[in-house]
Amino acid sequence: MRMHYGFPIMAGLVIFIGLLCAPFALGTAVTKEYKQPEVKLPAGEKECVESTQFMRENHMQLLNEWRDYALRDGKRTYVNHQGKEFTISLQRTCMKCHNSKADFCDKCHNDAGVTPYCWDCHIQPEGLK
Amino acid sequence: MKNNRRTFIKLAAVAAAGLAVAPKAAVASSGGHSPAKVNAKAEHAKQWAMVVDTTKLHSAEEINKLAEICHKTHNVPHIEGKKEVKWLWHDTYAHTFPEQENPHLAEEVHHRDYMLLCNHCENPSCVRVCPTKATFKRADGIVAMDYHRCIGCRYCMAACPYGSRSFNWGEPRHGLDLSKLNPEFPTRMRGVVEKCNFCVERLAEGKDPACVEASEGALAFGDLYDPESPVRKVLRERFTIRRKPSVGTEPCVYYII
Repeated sequence: MRMHYGFPIMAGLVIFIGLLCAPFALGTAVTKEYKQPEVKLPAGEKECVESTQFMRENHMQLLNEWRDYALRDGKRTYVNHQGKEFTISLQRTCMKCHNSKADFCDKCHNDAGVTPYCWDCHIQPEGLK
Repeated sequence: MKNNRRTFIKLAAVAAAGLAVAPKAAVASSGGHSPAKVNAKAEHAKQWAMVVDTTKLHSAEEINKLAEICHKTHNVPHIEGKKEVKWLWHDTYAHTFPEQENPHLAEEVHHRDYMLLCNHCENPSCVRVCPTKATFKRADGIVAMDYHRCIGCRYCMAACPYGSRSFNWGEPRHGLDLSKLNPEFPTRMRGVVEKCNFCVERLAEGKDPACVEASEGALAFGDLYDPESPVRKVLRERFTIRRKPSVGTEPCVYYII
């Protein structure tokens, strides 16, 4: 059996597969190990509202619950697992310690490719420009 | 042991009692309570209400001064024209009390300016029509808005007989002086309705609303269902009227004429 246009087809396939594998063979985009972003932690405070692990995994749920507690239920004091009390407020509690949105929130959010719309209304500690 | 009908019924009764108690005991031991509570300093009421003394507060300048304080506290944008956003404003007698118009009204009363704001009605029509429950009535009678949930359909604006709601047609931050924001309170975003909130955030800290504090006694604020509250004291002593009583929303802002 003879293949029509055998050479161009084979050559095309080789080039195509070569291009497909190029990032693995040459580039660092795929093989480079993911590095966690280095967020800037507050200088004065050691402990957050809850433990670091809890905040890392659940801050979005916590903030979501907070907004309902404060706005809809009128409950503006949060009691954490240790029994310590905090004022429920993104701007007046969270951002007082984490006083830079760019160095804290944005670092992870940019890496994870999420853009929460908190800042459409809430004012970041850096102020608005 | 002999199994007769009597012992069977006794056992069944004990089992039934156990089943009735068990679920409650399980709930109590799991600690299934909300970790949030009301601020210790917070003011409480069954229905917050306000009385505006129009014999003391009736000039546009004085009302504008209060509006400026309110708008500064809540980062309300300043926009001219039809797309204006307002929480506290003023208008003429004819626009404020269209049902109480009278061709031979005392001239002085007719020429006053009247302070207007959300009436925080006892029977708010805006709450009834909101499809997402973004506007709702709190336990203390304040008609509040959850801007996170507002989809900007403006049904509430159509339903409100007092025009107390404003729609953010554009980016509201463009109407704000960004260097003079109140960093303690958020702004709003494009495409949501906003209005006066009776300063819920101040009441939660045990303070009076910003306009009441700045009014030098021209505004009284308190619980409508507490006979000892400042509001009830004024309502007992002075003759007051409300805006558009016939629409049945039971507004909670009263005017001394």
